[in-house]
Amino acid sequence: MKFSTATGPHWRAADNVPAIMRQVLYALTPALLMYTWFFGIGVLLNCLIASAAALATEAVALKLRHRSIEVFLTDYSVVVAAVLLALALPPLTPWWITVTGTVFAIGFAKHLYGGLGYNIFNPAMAGYVVLLISFPEEMTRWLPPDIGDIDYQPLSWLQSIQYTLTGSLPDALTLDALTRATPLDTMKTELSRMLTVDEIRASPLFGDFGGRGWEWINNVIALGGIWLLYKKVIRWHIPVAMLTGLLGMATLGYLIDPATHASPGFHLFSGGTMLCAFFIATDPVTAAASNRGKIFYGAGIGILTYAIRAWGSYPDGIAFAVLLMNMTVPMIDRMTKPAIYGRDP
Amino acid sequence: MLHTYNLQPRRPSWGIRAEARKAESTGHAIVIAPPPREVAISLNQSAGRPAVPIVEPGEKVSTGQPVARATAPGSADIHASISGLVVAVEERLVFSAHHSMETAIVIRGDGTDEDFTPHPVANDPMSMTPAEIRQTIAGAGIVGLGGAMFPTAEKLSCGARIHALILNGVECEPYISCDEVLLRYRAARVLRGAQILMRAAGTQRCIVAVETDMPEARVAVHEALETLNDDRIDVSQVTAKYPSGGERQVLELITGRQVPSGGLPQDIGYLCQNVGTAAAVADFFATGRPLISRIVTVTGQGVSRPVNIEARIGTPIAELIAMAGGYRGTPAKLIAGGPMMGIALPDDGIPISKANNCIIAAAPGELMETAAEHQPELPCIRCSECLQACPAGLQPQELLVACRQQDRQALESLGLPDCLECGCCDYVCPSAIPLTARFSLAKIGFRQAQLEERRALHARQRFEAREARLQQQAVQREHELQEQSAGVVSDSQIDAVMARVARDKNADTEKP
Ligand code: SF4
Ligand code: SF4
Repeated sequence: MKFSTATGPHWRAADNVPAIMRQVLYALTPALLMYTWFFGIGVLLNCLIASAAALATEAVALKLRHRSIEVFLTDYSVVVAAVLLALALPPLTPWWITVTGTVFAIGFAKHLYGGLGYNIFNPAMAGYVVLLISFPEEMTRWLPPDIGDIDYQPLSWLQSIQYTLTGSLPDALTLDALTRATPLDTMKTELSRMLTVDEIRASPLFGDFGGRGWEWINNVIALGGIWLLYKKVIRWHIPVAMLTGLLGMATLGYLIDPATHASPGFHLFSGGTMLCAFFIATDPVTAAASNRGKIFYGAGIGILTYAIRAWGSYPDGIAFAVLLMNMTVPMIDRMTKPAIYGRDP
Repeated sequence: MLHTYNLQPRRPSWGIRAEARKAESTGHAIVIAPPPREVAISLNQSAGRPAVPIVEPGEKVSTGQPVARATAPGSADIHASISGLVVAVEERLVFSAHHSMETAIVIRGDGTDEDFTPHPVANDPMSMTPAEIRQTIAGAGIVGLGGAMFPTAEKLSCGARIHALILNGVECEPYISCDEVLLRYRAARVLRGAQILMRAAGTQRCIVAVETDMPEARVAVHEALETLNDDRIDVSQVTAKYPSGGERQVLELITGRQVPSGGLPQDIGYLCQNVGTAAAVADFFATGRPLISRIVTVTGQGVSRPVNIEARIGTPIAELIAMAGGYRGTPAKLIAGGPMMGIALPDDGIPISKANNCIIAAAPGELMETAAEHQPELPCIRCSECLQACPAGLQPQELLVACRQQDRQALESLGLPDCLECGCCDYVCPSAIPLTARFSLAKIGFRQAQLEERRALHARQRFEAREARLQQQAVQREHELQEQSAGVVSDSQIDAVMARVARDKNADTEKP
């Protein structure tokens, strides 16, 4: 009898890139629902617009680069990047801003560097930073969470859709009346106005640890992240190192002067902390390779995030911290490369 | 220096944990195959050069009779595995990495299985000197049965001081269970072999390494050890995680020391032998039969009754399949060896060799190869799963880049020569990149380039020598020319001038 003689190894684990990316999306779904619960349909809209723009950009880029469109479009990696970017955008973002950011993320940050696997910078964060610099005002206008005792009149879904697509609001409403700064933003500006942390936290925007609503979102994201850990889609090194780095810095500040430094809990459960720890910093393409390297990389992001939150001019430091650490990856990889058996004892 | 051994080594951080799939074939005792009607014994059954045949077609041979002799270091003697008539010494498709044709001695059996009479006397090895034991083992054609086929006698006479004999029973690759059943059912023989090998290597210590996944085998070894009452021998349980049974890996796990790159375990004072090899040594001293058979696991969903068979070397695989109940359905692949490092064979008429530990008839989809085949190769996403899995501490994702760029220097410094080709990186790669195949190709290219470099160096040396010679000649010429222009006139020149003057004078006088 004759048989095929394909080369070995003849056995492969079932893991593959599309499956990994799909699992990341599943893990993000509860968080997405939570965002929608607190901030309205805008977040979902952003995700849809970003995903569509990302797939279109990817298709065009692949076509221009003469790559197989169906192989790469179905690997879901662009959708993950698009959703991560969309989650960083304020719920009321005009569609063209979302599209601009996505096109930059996929077209420039990803494909100009050679496409999947070759990009140096995290595409979602690169897209976000471009938007933050180009549209600083729009990017800091968040909605307050839809929780009973916060004085706020939510938009209906239809109104949200209308604003996102056309930029027009119902007659009696202005954007200023609708939006608030995020808790992180508030903390920053009020601290610079010499208020103490306790005074600032008296605002109804703040909850037990972080901002109200935000705490819950961070909790749910962390749960999704833990599921990814359990599924072995990600390893613990980056999330743990990132959170430890941030926590360490925050604790240090808090111990020095609790009146002018927000509590460690606030930092942990505010803004994009958990999203970064479990979903953004863990992007394999742009992270360090070895476990030791991942610890340095993660810790670096945590420390830089705190530094930017506390001393920088942007309320949240995650995007910048990630991009800065992306640049150090080749160096970290070189410093932490594994010992070759029998060569470097 | 004190040598300590981990009898319960740490779980390695590298490697992969694939389903073992051994239970299918370990359920029954070892089936001893009757001598087949015909065998084809490849001459290429050692780590060195093929052996040279010493029989001719038409000659009658008996079981255990030497039919080919070792030629060079690394090569081993070969014996007739059945009695009968040599019908041909010809090119045959045999088991090898490149599906190449090799010369094989084809023997048609006479059914008597009559032993070769002038057997080397099976003396009591414990009354022989180590050198005598080694010589006797060499005459039995015993090679490492773990797959490398390095002549055991040669390994024993390395000359280095041996701290301990490590008997490797860690059969980490999925599906393969020939060592496990050997330990389960013939532990006493293995230990007997260990004692002989210890004597031959001049060491007083032996560690039998078994896997945590084979409790029955471990119990059997302990029981045999109790009967034997030899406190020089200990058992170490190595985590069942592929490839913890690799020679270098086992050594590191048990002794905590690494074999230097490009070196051998002997270099750090350890002798590694497969448990099957030890049993073959014991068998030879007990029965006088050289290495003419081995245990082969015949398994996979593509056969009806997976089983371990003790078969004569040279038996066609198809006969072993028949003993395992025949094919079940149409297998997708026939693999010699395990699913990780094994070789897919083109044909089941191929005879087994001393290196054949396992035959897998894989049903379609059994090894997920169909799924993997449908998954296109994607770019490396730098997930570093391969780096975590690599037992050699390499960075396959970086090696891949260096392979693409054909950057020899980078390949060297990234440790390509230290790649075991174990396949762990492929197994875990979510982008389905055929890393191991690339690396083994690159390694071939690497060796070729090294050879060429050496050749180029020779050529350059020759060229330089010639240049130097020419240079010297040129210098000499120049010297001569200088002498001339400096007015130094040689005798011959003077003679020539004188002759001319004389001629002119004559001419003058001849004028009227
Ligand atoms: S095949 Fe080579 S590179 Fe891949 S895991 Fe094994 S030793 Fe490492
Ligand atoms: S496992 Fe595959 S995709 Fe992951 S780093 Fe290694 S080569 Fe790249």
